[in-house]
Amino acid sequence: MIKHIKNYMWVILFIIFSIVSYFMGFKPGQMIYSNFNEFFIEMISFIPFLFILIGLFDVWFPKEMLEKHIGQESGIKGIFLVILLAMLQAGPLYGAFPVAYLLHKKGASVKNIFIYLGAFSSMKIPMLGIEMGYLGIKFTILRTLISLPLFILIGYMMERFVGKNFKVKDAKV
Amino acid sequence: MVSNTFIFGLFTAIILLLSVILDRKKTFLGLKKGAKMLFNILHPFLNILILISLVLFFIPDYLIVNSLGANSGWLGFIIAAIIGSITLIPGFISYPLAAALLKQGATYSVVAVFMTTLMMVGIVTLPLEIKYFGKKAAILRNILNFIAAIIIGIIIGWLI
Repeated sequence: MIKHIKNYMWVILFIIFSIVSYFMGFKPGQMIYSNFNEFFIEMISFIPFLFILIGLFDVWFPKEMLEKHIGQESGIKGIFLVILLAMLQAGPLYGAFPVAYLLHKKGASVKNIFIYLGAFSSMKIPMLGIEMGYLGIKFTILRTLISLPLFILIGYMMERFVGKNFKVKDAKV
Repeated sequence: MVSNTFIFGLFTAIILLLSVILDRKKTFLGLKKGAKMLFNILHPFLNILILISLVLFFIPDYLIVNSLGANSGWLGFIIAAIIGSITLIPGFISYPLAAALLKQGATYSVVAVFMTTLMMVGIVTLPLEIKYFGKKAAILRNILNFIAAIIIGIIIGWLI
């Protein structure tokens, strides 16, 4: 219970600040609240749907199932699976490097490793949902459709330029 | 905004219905997982919204409009690409920030190049990346992704 209160401490402080600003007629406080309100409404109309989708995706396409097939499969199916796997992840790009190491160890091709990084950076499902909420469905779909062929191309180019003797090292310190 | 929410909601409803028809138990498990993840992310997310609301209050509109707005042209585009490549801003912060930029007059093209470089190019994390992939591969990946981000920004600018 105390942990929950601690988690929401800033939220509680902000609510108190906003209420006080409202009754005291403190203009900057009211403006900050109206900024917040705009973002909040924008987001809350999206987030419940988003997490329904994430939950369903998680049970229908478990990560372990996808990981198993990336090593052996090549060609279109391998690319498809690698992108699907990347879409399920969360976090910043540098969080994907250790996964790239794992993929490499499991025998994924150079091409697929870099396609994974491309999809990880710009097609993670939770991020796509948030992007739709803030920048619109049209922007999100267009950006994704333009990005997809580009980072598949980058995968092929990396394989060509860096070559077969490419190695991923585990940089854990 | 209303139509966006409506389309997204409709899409979710269709997927949900499909999932229920295929496997009721799995669907329930998925919904439970989703709710748990939502709860975990709620307080950091609210904190970030509060932070952005504060920051936006203190950064004057004209500063953003002048450097990244509709009349900033190629210079704005380049500024956005460079800031996006160097900095490391998590998605939860960068999306509301991008929406705020749009509202204050930045073009979709500038926002697209900013978001894409932010996501795909990482100069700050380059040393770490080199440890994993080696110098040649890491630098090449960043250069290729930077070029891709510029292309994405330009095409988005044409289309929207």
